[in-house]
Amino acid sequence: MRMLVVEDDIEAQRYLVNGLRESGHVVDDAADGETGLTLALSRPYDLAVIDRMLPKMDGLRLVQELREHGNAMPVLFLSALSEVDDRVKGLKAGGDDYLTKPYAFVELLARIDALMRRRQPSAVKTRLQVGDLELDLLTRQAKRGNVNIELQPREFRLLEYLMRHAGQVVTRTMLLESVWEYHFDPQTNVIDVHISRLRAKIDKGFDPPLLQTVRGAGYMIRAKA
Amino acid sequence: MFGLRLFRTLAFRIVLAYLALFAVSAGALVGFTYWNTKRALNAETDQTIEAEIDGLSEQYQRQGLGGLTDVLTARSIHAGPSLYLLVGPLGHPLAGNLDAWPTVRRTDQRFVEFQYERRIGGIVERHPARGRVFNLAGDYRLMVARDVHELSVTEHMFTTTLPESVGLMLSLGLIGGALMSRNLLRRLDQTNSTSEEIMAGNLSRRLPVSRAGDEFDSLARNLNRMLDRIERLMKGMREVTDSVAHDLRSPLNRLRNRLEGMLKQLPQDASQANEMESAIDEIDRLIATFNSLLLIAEAEAGLERSAMQRVDLSALARDICELYAPVAEEGGLSLTTDLAPSIEIDGNWNLLSQALANLVDNAIKYTPSGGHVTIATGRDNGTAVLSVADSGPGIPEEDRTRAVERFVRLEASRNSAGSGLGLSLVAAVTRLHEARLELSNNHPGLVVSIVFGEDRIVRE
Repeated sequence: MRMLVVEDDIEAQRYLVNGLRESGHVVDDAADGETGLTLALSRPYDLAVIDRMLPKMDGLRLVQELREHGNAMPVLFLSALSEVDDRVKGLKAGGDDYLTKPYAFVELLARIDALMRRRQPSAVKTRLQVGDLELDLLTRQAKRGNVNIELQPREFRLLEYLMRHAGQVVTRTMLLESVWEYHFDPQTNVIDVHISRLRAKIDKGFDPPLLQTVRGAGYMIRAKA
Repeated sequence: MFGLRLFRTLAFRIVLAYLALFAVSAGALVGFTYWNTKRALNAETDQTIEAEIDGLSEQYQRQGLGGLTDVLTARSIHAGPSLYLLVGPLGHPLAGNLDAWPTVRRTDQRFVEFQYERRIGGIVERHPARGRVFNLAGDYRLMVARDVHELSVTEHMFTTTLPESVGLMLSLGLIGGALMSRNLLRRLDQTNSTSEEIMAGNLSRRLPVSRAGDEFDSLARNLNRMLDRIERLMKGMREVTDSVAHDLRSPLNRLRNRLEGMLKQLPQDASQANEMESAIDEIDRLIATFNSLLLIAEAEAGLERSAMQRVDLSALARDICELYAPVAEEGGLSLTTDLAPSIEIDGNWNLLSQALANLVDNAIKYTPSGGHVTIATGRDNGTAVLSVADSGPGIPEEDRTRAVERFVRLEASRNSAGSGLGLSLVAAVTRLHEARLELSNNHPGLVVSIVFGEDRIVRE
């Protein structure tokens, strides 16, 4: 994938660019808003990671200009700013996701993956499948092999999100934001408890286990370990 | 309603007091004029009578009773308002234009007042008169008087029109006062509604200044200057928070990045890998604390108006209960809800959720296994209440006030790790919503309630 990184903190930029390249992406970088906008408008990118506070042109303005020029590429905002008001502002300005610094690199990668996948024009799916686990989105039923699995509504949403991102790392924050729509850190790790309950329903007594814990990052559902 | 408000305005009350004072002084002035005019007119009548008497007494002295009779008869023909009567010792009239000796109604020094019948055309009217009586030699008596009908008509007119004109004056004054107060009230209403909007978070609003340049305008201008200052201060405060956030998060970000990078280069089973991981965990905890502090500062500084929306407390409680139910179950607790159908308030959903999550988290931590935690919403005396009750050890009554203060003050709560900031955030969110934090006894256990004021509740 071709990506644009606009970040004025040089060390953070280098780390970000290196990390993305190591993950197999082609990355251009810019250290200020104006250069960022020029690059974004002159070359085709699949995604942009843009810092919220930039010299010359602020990140919000950059994205607004970009959208005014009809450019619809996914934008992930990075921000060191406070959250409550700024998240809303960032998303209103045309950002697709918002990540507060400091972030774990896996979190960033997971969100980039999610954004890329969202962009692919997938046919409207009514059925998700991972291994022998099936989720019928119309009848709201889950089945593994020939066994019906009873799920609470929230468990269904949790499993649906995991299966839509099958093969991808999904972080706890992403789950909390997408499944519960909360943008805060619960003190206790409530997500882990929900996951272990879900795991008990879909993996207990089956082989192989599908729902895996990715150390230091989050969770992933996939057919083969 | 408007009438009641009008009466309570300062302007209207001033107008009322002024009117009362004005009525009294105007009454005094008119009364004095009346009294003075009456006295002057009476004095004129009396002088005329005295002059006539002088002339008559001269005639009497010069020509005796016969001469007096002649003069009286002559004068009586074209008498006008003058009245004469001379009676003999037995009371029969000898000369003059009065038919009979009148009954005296009142004696005023040397003068007497009486009523007599006067024929005008064919009609007989009773008129008041005023005059003097003289006893002459040989038991003859003389009455010289004047008709004061005109005077009493004037007097009558005066006394009947006086209340009418005073009434007219008062009602005109009242109407004027009402108009004046309504005008004042309208301008005050503008000021009030604007300031409410500003307090609700729209800091860029300003009071309207008209072109009249009156006291209201100078007040509005001063208030606007004050608002400019407050806005600048708030903005500055925000900028400080933002730059602190930026200046601390960026190096933390680099630090975390470096550790992550180093961890990646280490072989999986290296002994340093564990150390590195716990260093990253430590940084994450530091970041979490820092984020809570920032969030508290942000909540304390107040949010922008756009961050407030309709929040259904019961739906919010249901969601948090659902999020924490598995955690409670793991701890051997039951987490239940006791919710009113729907209570909508004006608030920030995310912050309220986080505050409730912190309270539930705390209750779960402090309640021993086998206990229960209940999230409840309800209405009480016009307020909306969101509460978390547990069956844990609770807080003794004498310590509750201090505990609420500890909720509120960051300083003291820093000593106890973990829970302190969570509760400070609850306190900050409570204050942001102009709500009240209350602790009470759950017999056994603790109830923490957030009580939202009436004006926070969204009405259908």
